[in-house]
Amino acid sequence: MQVLFFYLVAFVAVASGLLVVTCKSPVNSALALVNTFFCLAIFYVMLHAPFMAAIQIMVYAGAIMVLILFVIMLLNLGVETMKKTTHTVWGIVAGSLVMMLTFFFIKRGQPANISGPITNEVVESVGHTQLIGKHIFVDFLLPFEITSILLLVAIVGAVILAKKEV
Amino acid sequence: MQDYSLLWLIPFFPLVGSIINGLFGKKIRNEALIGTIGTAAIGASFVVSCTYFFKLLGDAEKIHETTIFGAMGSGTWMNVGQLQIDWGFLLDPLSALMIMVVTGVGSLIHLYSIGYMHGEEGFYRFFSYLNLFCFSMLMLVLGNNAMVMFIGWEGVGLCSYLLIGYYFEKKSAGDAAKKAFVVNRVGDFGFLIGLFLLFWSLGQKGVRTIRFTEIAANAHLLENGGTIVTIVTLCFFLGATGKSAQIPLYTWLPDAMEGPTPVSALIHAATMVTAGVYMIGRMNGLFAMAPDTMMVIAIVGAATAIFAASIGLAQNDIKRVLAYSTVSQLGYMFLAMGVGAFTAGIFHLMTHAFFKACLFLGSGSVIHGMHHAYHHAHLHDDPQDMRNMGGLRKKMPITFITFLVSTIAIAGIPGFSGFFSKDEILWWSFGSTRGGWILWVVGAIAAGMTAFYMFRLVFMTFFGEQKTDPRAKDHIPESGLTITIPLMVLGALAVIGGYIGVPAILGGANHIHHFLEPVFGQAQKLHAIEAHGSHATEYGLMGISVGIAVIGIFGAWFMYVKNPEMPKQLVAKFKWLHTAIFNKWFVDELYDAMFVNATKRAGRICWKGFDLPIIDGIVNGVGWLVRGFSAALRYTQSGQIHSYAMAMVIGAVIIVAAYVL
Amino acid sequence: MITVNHYLVVSAILFSLGTFGVLTRRNAIVIFMCIELMLNAVNLTFIALSNHLGNMDGQVFVFFVMTVAAAEAAVGLALMISFFRNRESIEVDDISLLKW
Repeated sequence: MQVLFFYLVAFVAVASGLLVVTCKSPVNSALALVNTFFCLAIFYVMLHAPFMAAIQIMVYAGAIMVLILFVIMLLNLGVETMKKTTHTVWGIVAGSLVMMLTFFFIKRGQPANISGPITNEVVESVGHTQLIGKHIFVDFLLPFEITSILLLVAIVGAVILAKKEV
Repeated sequence: MQDYSLLWLIPFFPLVGSIINGLFGKKIRNEALIGTIGTAAIGASFVVSCTYFFKLLGDAEKIHETTIFGAMGSGTWMNVGQLQIDWGFLLDPLSALMIMVVTGVGSLIHLYSIGYMHGEEGFYRFFSYLNLFCFSMLMLVLGNNAMVMFIGWEGVGLCSYLLIGYYFEKKSAGDAAKKAFVVNRVGDFGFLIGLFLLFWSLGQKGVRTIRFTEIAANAHLLENGGTIVTIVTLCFFLGATGKSAQIPLYTWLPDAMEGPTPVSALIHAATMVTAGVYMIGRMNGLFAMAPDTMMVIAIVGAATAIFAASIGLAQNDIKRVLAYSTVSQLGYMFLAMGVGAFTAGIFHLMTHAFFKACLFLGSGSVIHGMHHAYHHAHLHDDPQDMRNMGGLRKKMPITFITFLVSTIAIAGIPGFSGFFSKDEILWWSFGSTRGGWILWVVGAIAAGMTAFYMFRLVFMTFFGEQKTDPRAKDHIPESGLTITIPLMVLGALAVIGGYIGVPAILGGANHIHHFLEPVFGQAQKLHAIEAHGSHATEYGLMGISVGIAVIGIFGAWFMYVKNPEMPKQLVAKFKWLHTAIFNKWFVDELYDAMFVNATKRAGRICWKGFDLPIIDGIVNGVGWLVRGFSAALRYTQSGQIHSYAMAMVIGAVIIVAAYVL
Repeated sequence: MITVNHYLVVSAILFSLGTFGVLTRRNAIVIFMCIELMLNAVNLTFIALSNHLGNMDGQVFVFFVMTVAAAEAAVGLALMISFFRNRESIEVDDISLLKW
């Protein structure tokens, strides 16, 4: 049952991904991408990471995608743009090369069979949010603070770039 | 011990003047100011020269060497191996006399140029070049070693080129400039080879120097009359023939008359062309050791004197006559050097500078007037053609008188400067231990020719009826003060300049002989070079040469004043001779056929046979190869982000794959 | 039984799709979205392996990746707006200043 469900979600995720790449209209691409994000959120839940699933939907599907859609609407991009792709053949070659390489990795590299302290049971009992919060604010405090600076810089940059006249 | 450390000021002033006029002259635009700067620069140098000249006169020690920083040994220019070359200057009687001539005549000619060049385009350029020339000439004269002299030697060549080609928009002027430069290079080649050989041969004897005083002191180390010293001096003499327009390298000087007249006067009569004579005088110790070279010099000098004089007989361009006269007089100087009469040669150099500069400036004044008249009448006749002149003595009295005085001087009439110097040369060529009666005969005939063609020039220009176009004849003015003052000064010098060298038998003290004794005396004594003969012989020779000159003058008067038809009849009678003389014995054509065309052919062969297929082939082949590769590689550089991103991804995949596999 | 390899395969497919999109699409916004797709494929890998290894670090990484993605979205979209304002287009071909 679970396997069947996995294959279903996986199929939807890949199909939506394909649509993102192939859709003529950017709006369609964006919607397909939202779809993919949802599928990935489902995967995260299946992987016992509910917090990640939540922020996947909130940050990606909620914030970033809305922003993208907003820009698409703002720029009023029509479908009538000329050719939608270029270098298609080479793109396919490069894409399949990448896929072959990653498959090769997966096939050859056997994931280590170590089991760390965070087993599914621990997650169930303690709570995923608490665990990840402890990690971020204890073990990764400095990178976390640096991230905030990154965001600040991004905000300033975005404001300056988007302003009509600097 | 007097202080001579400021000698460097003498060439320094003209250099400064040249730089100022050259860099800022175009901005200044004020002719008076430009002319004043140029003249003041050389004038200042004249003042310094005078100071040192008189200081030297009163000094017991006659030979002084300094460098730009005063003491010997400082002011090093280059220090190569065991050879040290300073920016050194040498003041001895010879160079003192030369700087007096260069700066004195130079100042007058600068002054003259202010009037003569009035209204010319590139007025500032002219003065800049003229000052640069004076700088180079003074370096040549004052240098205490052969390298400093060589700077001046090349510098005057360059300035000569620039000034001959002053009217560069005229093709003939450009060609003449190139010719002068190329011919001079042939001579410079000789100079350099001579210098290298000299350095090498002295180096063999353990003396590594190119300082003139040391060369003179060590010349005796070389074999007297040996092969080495003969070749060295012959090479130097080749350099001298190039610079001083002697056979076989004289052809550039008549063409050099394309330059403005003050240039002809300063460079191609008074100073630069005498550089060869000066150089031989400066190395007299070396030359005295090579009797064979001395003989060659004497023969070449005598031949040039008579050869150029013969060409001068039939020229109609006023400046060309003077040009051939200059070549001829330079021949005299070389004759003097060749027979060991160094003092007489330098003496003639000096008097020649006075009267020939005056003659050139006078001809410039005439040309100026003729040009003015033609311009006024809107005619395009040649203002330099003597056949269009005549009767100018009433129009231009000052020019006429100074010109006449100088002509008498060059003809060698007793009492004028040319007589003393020329007669001393002739006497030495007859009586010197290195002379011979043939040299005297040739010299005397050349003197007669000189008298003839110079008076022919005077008669055609200033006497007879005016043959100028009637529309222009009433508009020939006397030139202004800036032109006439130099004429008068030089005219006066042409008269009195000879009295510093009145020979003993005429009751004179021969001051110049004693003055130059410290430079020339040693070599003359060492090699027993002296003129001997009875007083009667000397008087007799003097009388004969004066007689020949008078005959020449009378002949000119007879042919051009008394019977103006006679030259035409003579021409008709001796047509082949006239054609040959008029066309300068076809030497230019001969050189063209022998050297110029051969060089051109060789150049063409190198060009077509070697340069185009091989050198250009290699260069172009490399170019084509690169272009072929680039044509292929160009497709990778499409400028499209997609291609680059693609290449990046594929590259990354390959690298990772290379690690993994 | 769903192994970690299943997730990795899905992730690999999505990543390759994203690569293909980035390389071939002309519309800058679509390229941008393809980049997001690639980032998400990586996120999936992180979380799958984190779960497999019983380690929280991978998930913290995903957190950071998301931050970067958010910053990138802000700046990238601002860039696009300013570019569109100048050129009336967001076709990548029109930005090819490297081509003379």
